[in-house]
Amino acid sequence: MSAAPQKTKAGAEKIEVIVSAVVPVNELVTRFEFQRPDGAPFPPFSAGAHTVVEMNDAGRTRLNPYSLMSDPADPGTYAISVRRDDQGRGGSLFLHRNVKPGDRMTLSYPVNLFPVDLRGRKHVFLAGGIGITPFLAMIAQLEKLGARWELHYACRNEALASYADVLTARHPGKVRIYYDDRKQAIPLGDLLDGQPLGTHVYVCGPKGMIEWVHRTATDHGWPEDNVHSEEFLAPQPGKPFEVRLCKSDMTIRVGENESLLEAMERCGVDAPFLCRGGACGQCETDVVEHEGEFIHRDHWLEDDQQASGTKIMPCVSRFVGPTLVLDR
Amino acid sequence: MTIQFNDETFRGDYSFRNSPWAIKRFPFPFHEDSYMYSVNMEQHRGGPAGSVYEKRFDVDEHYVSEMRDRALVLAEDPLRCQSLPHMTLAGWDLLELIMVSKSEDYPDLFELHRDGDRWRWVNRPMGIDDTFTFMDETTLPYGPMEYITRQTQGDFAVLDQRDDNLWMDAGMVTTQADWSLDFDIGMNFFEWHAPVPLAHEMGIFKRALKFLMNVQQGAPARRLNWTMTVNPLLDTSPENYHKWGIQKTELTPENIGAKQHLRVELQTFYRLPRSNALVFPIRCYLIAFQDLVTVPKWGRRLHRVVRDLPEELATYKGFIANRPMMLDYLSQYDDGLPTSPGVWPDLDTEPPLQK
Repeated sequence: MSAAPQKTKAGAEKIEVIVSAVVPVNELVTRFEFQRPDGAPFPPFSAGAHTVVEMNDAGRTRLNPYSLMSDPADPGTYAISVRRDDQGRGGSLFLHRNVKPGDRMTLSYPVNLFPVDLRGRKHVFLAGGIGITPFLAMIAQLEKLGARWELHYACRNEALASYADVLTARHPGKVRIYYDDRKQAIPLGDLLDGQPLGTHVYVCGPKGMIEWVHRTATDHGWPEDNVHSEEFLAPQPGKPFEVRLCKSDMTIRVGENESLLEAMERCGVDAPFLCRGGACGQCETDVVEHEGEFIHRDHWLEDDQQASGTKIMPCVSRFVGPTLVLDR
Repeated sequence: MTIQFNDETFRGDYSFRNSPWAIKRFPFPFHEDSYMYSVNMEQHRGGPAGSVYEKRFDVDEHYVSEMRDRALVLAEDPLRCQSLPHMTLAGWDLLELIMVSKSEDYPDLFELHRDGDRWRWVNRPMGIDDTFTFMDETTLPYGPMEYITRQTQGDFAVLDQRDDNLWMDAGMVTTQADWSLDFDIGMNFFEWHAPVPLAHEMGIFKRALKFLMNVQQGAPARRLNWTMTVNPLLDTSPENYHKWGIQKTELTPENIGAKQHLRVELQTFYRLPRSNALVFPIRCYLIAFQDLVTVPKWGRRLHRVVRDLPEELATYKGFIANRPMMLDYLSQYDDGLPTSPGVWPDLDTEPPLQK
């Protein structure tokens, strides 16, 4: 069929917004709230969804995904909480330093790669640090639906425990906080053993925590489909490398502080993408030829696909070596 | 434009008719003189004015009669509409999507007034004016999915997305091309497509699933599918095969032009915002061969497609036995002239039949 052929542009649909509030939560974390310039409601979203924030950093376009933490039932405001990463590539620093109330920005439509399994008889949330953000939306949504949930939240210390006070005050008995500096840890094994049949577990936090939860759940006999996780990968800096793009008929250089996807975009190649964090699979690209080593960092490709050297996810993965030719 | 709604039946005396307007806008599914499976997806963002692609949920002259037929099917067999308990939120999503779309796209036919959670819905063609509380099932006469799909043409499969798959966990299915919601409920994408020939080997379903799981909010997609139906029957279900299957043997060279229908499904795909489910509306359009061949290009092309279709597909689509008679009829409308590319009728530019 071709009723009205349109070229699909890469990425999700966009929403123009105005920054309505910038609220420091603690020394490292700041909350950014957005409204639509015309006062129109935002599209509703499902808890666990993220938005990709477009930043114009002195002529350079940055696109970073952040979980929507606002109440999905509140169409007036979208909110994200951003942890400042002084060692990162600069997206969080840009938000912390440059973004002020009244600024106009562009967000993507919500995309959910970390949905709540609505069949769950009970939902157990395991958060590490800034990994708390998707759970704030999930808790709001599940409270409205009258579903059973509990939250176990590990933080470095009290001063950096974003939203721990609000959550504990609002939901006493459902929220447990664990502080590293008090040598407290989530008693994961006991926690998993004590859950009723039909419980789903969700984890969001550092890579090590996610692996720990999956491993422990498997060891304790949990079905794989009842354990859900989300880890946003930021692209990591690395040695510059050259790539030949055969469809576009050009050779481009990927700089130290940009991802392969960003380098393609900089050179005017309209490459597909969605999450920009190695999770959604949209940017999967075929490798035509290579001589060198891949640095695969995505959660999308299977181990054997990564090992085969025939696919790469340009949003987070890199390459070291003299020759890389992609079908793009 | 004001639509004149037909008073017609899809059973018994089969008084269903397409007006000249409906014939011209029929979604002819063949863009070239042959057909093979493909993941023929495109964005669902409008289309030429007056075409079935223009609005999010097309309303046409058959609306009121189709809804009457749906009510009859449901009265006989309530299992045509099912929703597993975790799909209620998706039902509200669907209700909102349809009410917002229809009231914006057809303001003279539908109105939606929202005051917080207090909603008033006016459906003029069906004489409905209901006020209810959004997300409170007790304020509607049916569950949200059933309520709104009793007022919307086409079948609806509501798919939960989890564990890297799509699951047929809710639906309203009364105008189907021989598949059963009651049989498929709870199945995943590969399970409910298991009976389709050739496409699995071609990797079609793996690619289609990947595409569908990536359909995002605000970016709906669409495709066409087709089959053949004897008599303008909406409800060609496995449950009622004993009633309609036999009708395939009643074709004669004299009645084939009036009885044999090309059945086209306009399938659309929307990500539902609150539930993250995917809704798959499947809208059925029927056209009698004798009406279809009034468009010379379509007459030529349909003959060639039916003639050259692989045997497995003609068998799967249920017309292998009648194919010779169909070809005898259609060959009268194929003069061998080339056809213009694309699906449109091109009445002003394509030559009339040369024989």
